[in-house]
Amino acid sequence: MEATGAEIVVRCLAEEGVEFVFGYPGGAVLNIYDEIFKQDKFKHVLVRHEQAAVHAADAYARATGRVGVALVTSGPGVTNAVTGIATAYMDSVPIVVVTGQVPTPAIGMDAFQEVDTVGITRPCVKHNFLVKDVKDLAATMKKAFIIAATGRPGPVVVDVPKDVTFHTTDFEYPSSVEMRSYNPVVKGHSGQLKRAVQMLLEAQRPMIYTGGGVVLGDAAQQLIEVARLLGFPVTNTLMGLGGYPATDKQNLGMLGMHGTYEANMAMQHCDVLLAVGARFDDRVIGNPEHFAREQRRIVHIDIDPSSISKRVKVDVPIVGDVKTVLADMLGLLKQAKDRPDAAALKAWWTQIELWRAKNCLKYNKQSPIIKPQYVVEKLWEVTKGEAFVTSDVGQHQMWAAQYYKFDQPRRWINSGGLGTMGVGLPYAMGVQLAFPDAQVACITGESSIQMNIQELSTCKQYRIPVKVLTLNNRYMGMVRQWQEFFYGSRYAESYMESLPDFVKLAESYGHVGMRIDKPEDVEAAIKEAFSPALKERMVFMDFQTDQTENVYPMVEGGKGLSEMILAEDL
Amino acid sequence: MNSRHIISLLMENEAGALSRVAGLFSARAYNIESLTVAPTEDATLSRMTIVTTGSEDIIEQITKQLNKLVDVIKVMDLTEGSHIERELMLVKVKAVGSGREEMKRTADIFRGRIIDVTDSTYTIELTGTGSKLDAFLEAIDPAFIIETVRTGASGIGRGERSLKA
Repeated sequence: MEATGAEIVVRCLAEEGVEFVFGYPGGAVLNIYDEIFKQDKFKHVLVRHEQAAVHAADAYARATGRVGVALVTSGPGVTNAVTGIATAYMDSVPIVVVTGQVPTPAIGMDAFQEVDTVGITRPCVKHNFLVKDVKDLAATMKKAFIIAATGRPGPVVVDVPKDVTFHTTDFEYPSSVEMRSYNPVVKGHSGQLKRAVQMLLEAQRPMIYTGGGVVLGDAAQQLIEVARLLGFPVTNTLMGLGGYPATDKQNLGMLGMHGTYEANMAMQHCDVLLAVGARFDDRVIGNPEHFAREQRRIVHIDIDPSSISKRVKVDVPIVGDVKTVLADMLGLLKQAKDRPDAAALKAWWTQIELWRAKNCLKYNKQSPIIKPQYVVEKLWEVTKGEAFVTSDVGQHQMWAAQYYKFDQPRRWINSGGLGTMGVGLPYAMGVQLAFPDAQVACITGESSIQMNIQELSTCKQYRIPVKVLTLNNRYMGMVRQWQEFFYGSRYAESYMESLPDFVKLAESYGHVGMRIDKPEDVEAAIKEAFSPALKERMVFMDFQTDQTENVYPMVEGGKGLSEMILAEDL
Repeated sequence: MNSRHIISLLMENEAGALSRVAGLFSARAYNIESLTVAPTEDATLSRMTIVTTGSEDIIEQITKQLNKLVDVIKVMDLTEGSHIERELMLVKVKAVGSGREEMKRTADIFRGRIIDVTDSTYTIELTGTGSKLDAFLEAIDPAFIIETVRTGASGIGRGERSLKA
């Protein structure tokens, strides 16, 4: 059947079962928007800035496991979207971003709203396409969805010139497309798996270290079974939170720069490490030379071969989909005659409990000023640990990660790799639209929230009832903390002066605003925000928190993982 | 320990494929000594030869990152096995007086061919490994060199060793 390029784009999205397209119209995509107007297969969500469109699509993907979709116009539409694309790229999130482009004859002519989209986005996409012929459009859309969702997931950009959107061709959406150059590995090498199992069973001081790959690969159940069968301690990275239940006693909490004392110590001193869908990045293991000082053997499961032996040499690399590999590993472990050395494991747990007894996340609960940690703990209690929590970037992000105990995957939505301030509110929108009945909280700071505050308007238009908890300490808190520690308390430009009255601001958009000044009012405010009376309302809570509170433990940049600064040291 | 590697790869012959490879090298701060690319007997495929230097770890990352590019079909480090390497150079030199005969003799010794002649110049075509081409340039008086152009290395595995899609 004959169709225009614009119809093809819209029908491909419908064929893929897309529920929401987050976008912003403009000249180059007007034909596509006209087709969106005529259809009812998916809903378009009009954001107030293209960056937010990509973030919302990204969060939708993180929370649901399906591909998120954004649509932006050429030129500034694309450049605004780049931060969102790079954010998704660094955290391996499957999204497809359709971008308008000037008509093909105008490409290279410095036309109005022209940028080299494929060139600008190349370093921050898994793949991108410029569609010059309408005949290639349907197959390209199919390829984009396949590439985004399979292997190590990531963003794919499809750049569509305006003339292609009104050219016509026979349309049939292909059920599959062949790509000889793209065949991600799924199954782990059986010989390597056997070696890995042997190594795990010989361990005296084992450790399981899991990352975002477990969440993205939907392997939480397999991980739980392997960990419980072995009885080994588990730690999650920032991206891996929820991949193993936080309230389970085998979980030592998050590791890394702001990881728990017990997780970092166990990571440093283990003799056999099973790394699953994690990449030994700088915020996780600190200085790699210091990490390598302790002798340990490492099994590393990852879908991306280039993540293996990049920063840390490993002994048994296993390339494959984490869910498949863990399921195969579980089978081998069940068949194995050997069991882990019970006495050694008991001694190891005794050591771990000594580390855990330091209670490294304790803070002053008698403070007359609101402690930010307290707000997160109360949120966890009020929502019974079942909320979707998005965060922005900085101190509040670390407190959210430390004090909200995620027992399920895909509930913790944050920018781990790129560390993009401003994601929190658009992330919450994407999640809430995907799960209209769920409790969705955005933990943010007064600095981060202002980076995409315009989205309060989107929340109004679509009645998106997210609950924003701003831990307002009148500072870019993490910057302030580093300036205190490493720059002689010279707080250069880290004070957020001239803050708006957030209550009035929220109210001006038709939302509910609350200002909370005292610790005794924290719980009541959160309860009210999540009460049935406000279920349909967006609530903005402005908590006036302790300005001088710091995130502990902390591993200073360049230091070893076991060289933590603890709250009690100061 | 840094060493020189010749990496051959096959990729889809599509617009922008070269920039994906070049961009990967610059984004990750890898060296490129030379890079040559042209379509193969199958016009949908391009074959690229990249000469790079780096430690074993860096070379491992380079081959993994290249393999990760969606357009790349196969990657082979030629220097891991026995292989043949050739580069083409064209040198335009002054050829006057007694130097004219001397220049021809030197070119003959290096199995170079004179492919363009004027009253005062020769253009010499030479193929060989990069070091042979270097040796030729060292053997002639630099004052005689007007212009040189080199293709960068191409390479192929010896015997049965081959790179096929």
